[in-house]
Amino acid sequence: QVSELVQFLLVKDQKKIPIKRADMLKNVIREYRDAYSEIVNKAGRILLEVFGLQLVEIDTKRHIYILINNLPRAEGQYLCKDKEKEKMGLLLAILSFIFMKGNSVKDSALWEFLHLLRVYPGKQHNVFGDVRKLVTEEFVRQKYLETTPIPLTDPPEFKFQWGPRAEKETSKKDVLNFVAKIQGKDPTFWASQYSEARATS
Amino acid sequence: NTVMATQMTDAHRRFMQILMSNGITEGSEARKLHQHCCETDKVYYAHNKLDDFINTINSHLQPLFMQIRKGISEDDGRAHYAVVNLAETEVTKMASDYTEIELELFRKTMDLIILSENGFASSTDILNLADQLKTKKMKKKEAEQVLKLFVEDKWLSEKNGEYTLHTRCIIEMEQYILSNYQDVARKCNICHSLAIQSQVCESCGIGMHLPCVKKYFKGQTEPRCPKCNEFWSYDTP
Repeated sequence: QVSELVQFLLVKDQKKIPIKRADMLKNVIREYRDAYSEIVNKAGRILLEVFGLQLVEIDTKRHIYILINNLPRAEGQYLCKDKEKEKMGLLLAILSFIFMKGNSVKDSALWEFLHLLRVYPGKQHNVFGDVRKLVTEEFVRQKYLETTPIPLTDPPEFKFQWGPRAEKETSKKDVLNFVAKIQGKDPTFWASQYSEARATS
Repeated sequence: NTVMATQMTDAHRRFMQILMSNGITEGSEARKLHQHCCETDKVYYAHNKLDDFINTINSHLQPLFMQIRKGISEDDGRAHYAVVNLAETEVTKMASDYTEIELELFRKTMDLIILSENGFASSTDILNLADQLKTKKMKKKEAEQVLKLFVEDKWLSEKNGEYTLHTRCIIEMEQYILSNYQDVARKCNICHSLAIQSQVCESCGIGMHLPCVKKYFKGQTEPRCPKCNEFWSYDTP
């Protein structure tokens, strides 16, 4: 059971789909329900020991898990596949924007920011394809971003924040350093973001 | 000291992660990766000891029914590495990436390829299969797109409008193919691994990989079949 669960988790994680406890019970654990915690704990230990991946529960109410990389991030070309690398670049830009603007932005502000990067939600992008779908669906499903409707808005508006996977896989400190590097300034230039980054690291 | 040698380090874990995300990694890339991982995670780098490094990982993968396996490309004879699921009874790694109907198309394509003389199936023949799928008929345009995906994901490789199994597919599915196509699947007479593309002796029917043929007949002016000694009628590569 444990090895089946490890395989199951690895496969789901390849797509960065968060894993629900219900799926684990139905597809893998099945009749061994009583041993659920034991099986999950053992699988978690193996994932860490052999693959350097950490099984993290990001939603303790609905019991949803993701695998995050426990290895220190490496520089350079081996980071991830090319298609993924570009998407991650875009994501980092979005996460930075959200952080620098106080951790929450309106969707209209986000689209305006993307226009500056010559990425237009209405048009097909030659690398990212349907950008609106990528940002509002794929990144949200993967838990990199969280989107919530703003009440009493008509037509409905949404706000974007960091999702639980972003919080686990990167840090405000990393993001601030990234922004600082791009703008050629010292991170302390942004006093409130700097103290927030220090506080949460 | 074998106990020390079998400890997993972050370098091993990093190597494993990248191997899994690559799907298939060519030999010299794997050696570079070995060095990169050791340097990144500050682990002693034993130059040219990639196989030992991999064996350490494999000893930990064994209880999980997984293995890093080395396979030889039928095209250029070069070594490639892929992560294999040994407990597979079905094409399970593909199962998560494709729909039922796409998987059916793949299985039927694999049938065509394995049953063929030369290990290739023409795109016309594959597209005709799309019409006959049990799950649901697939339009030719859709099938063309799916074929493209199979090539992108390295399950199939394409040459001049014909398709054969990618080295990745052969490494990952060798067990599955040998057990499910027992009577039809060919094994190379030289290296005894599964042979999808091969040259076959016209007299006695044994088959050999092209790179294996090249090595075996190197320097021989009169190539003869290793089994029945008849003239080898093909151009040796």
